[in-house]
Amino acid sequence: MKVQVLGPGCAKCFALMNHVRIAVTALNLPAEIEKIEDIKEIMKFRVMATPALAIDGQVKFSGRVASSNEIKEILNQYVAEVN
Amino acid sequence: MATIRLSLSSFYKSINEPFFIPSWIKAGLTAIIWYIIYKNLAVIANWVTYDLLGFSLNSHIGSSIEFFIFEVPKVLMLLVVVVYGVGVIRTFFTPERTRTFLAGKKEVIGNILAAMLGIVTPFCSCSAVPLFIGFIKSGVPIGVTFSFLIAAPMINEIAVVLLFGMFGIKITAIYVLTGLLIAIFTGWIIGRLHMEKYLEDWVNEVEAPLENNINVSISWQERLQAGHDAVQDIVKKVWLYIVLGIAVGAGIHGYIPTGMMAGILGKNSWWSVLLAVLVGVPMYSNAAGIIPIAQALLEKGASLGSVLAFMMSVIGLSLPELIILRNVLKMPLVLTFVGVLTVGIIIVGYLFNLIF
Repeated sequence: MKVQVLGPGCAKCFALMNHVRIAVTALNLPAEIEKIEDIKEIMKFRVMATPALAIDGQVKFSGRVASSNEIKEILNQYVAEVN
Repeated sequence: MATIRLSLSSFYKSINEPFFIPSWIKAGLTAIIWYIIYKNLAVIANWVTYDLLGFSLNSHIGSSIEFFIFEVPKVLMLLVVVVYGVGVIRTFFTPERTRTFLAGKKEVIGNILAAMLGIVTPFCSCSAVPLFIGFIKSGVPIGVTFSFLIAAPMINEIAVVLLFGMFGIKITAIYVLTGLLIAIFTGWIIGRLHMEKYLEDWVNEVEAPLENNINVSISWQERLQAGHDAVQDIVKKVWLYIVLGIAVGAGIHGYIPTGMMAGILGKNSWWSVLLAVLVGVPMYSNAAGIIPIAQALLEKGASLGSVLAFMMSVIGLSLPELIILRNVLKMPLVLTFVGVLTVGIIIVGYLFNLIF
């Protein structure tokens, strides 16, 4: 699975990236974390605010920095849905 | 000593028992203590400077230090309260909801609503492109979109706190109202110029952004948490600028003679507003650093119009945001945007120099 952090490189985007790393490591998931900084690529996800989080191309939230606990919940939910 | 320590520790223990003091009483007590300290800051600053530190009255250094000791805690205390409040209010507004509300609104009404929503909708200049595309793609007219993009950074909670803390309620109201007027008029003019063809070509091919947070229902606890997070985030980011800005302001306050600025930025020199804007436009600082300096300039004889124009051009026009917007706007539109906004600020500056 691919966890995608969308953001052109502002402070909030880095904060979200860190929270995602913490969450993925804590859950010990075989996930690839991808940072998408190109604005045209970001717009393909059809978000209206950054930073945003997507899993396998599916946007989970946009325009805020979620805590690593919330990201853990989102990841768990996604894994449960897929399996 | 031992008995005192014992009774103190049991006292603190009793405050921390959650069932003993409910959280709303704690919040109330915090508010009362906040208010008492806030109301007595001038007395405290005076006492610390002249009695505790022993600076002599009427000395340059004493005057500077008293100013600094008074202003720094005052502005920081105001900032915490306002940022908390705005953080909570902003959980009710999202860019997506604002867009849906503005879509299909006619010009003029649309410009007015967009400028006002620019104040309360969460906005970060790094998000300017997705927001811009989201607006345009769902039928918000280009001029209305610009009204939003001008008001959002110019009238922000940090600017309002610093204006209120350093200048008082009257000048804060003037800044907010003229800021709104400039956003409304500038956006309206850009709309009248029909510059849709100066959008970058790739914008036409992008699909409209979706409402991505539709299933999120926010509890009150989360709204309050958002206020708390906003305080942590913003205070951490701007406290140093505030301290530095007030330190420079304190230096000007204590050392530069009253009236010295009258020659350079006073109302009788015709070039003062132009000079203020020319210096202000390329300068990029957040409101936190610039407003304390502007206040000191006003105090030393600079005219209100020049100071207002200076603050607006520093806060409202920033190079990083223009570079980000260049991704979606062709050069003629970027230049029109800067040009019309600059002219608007200059007009406001001269207007205030005429009135006051």
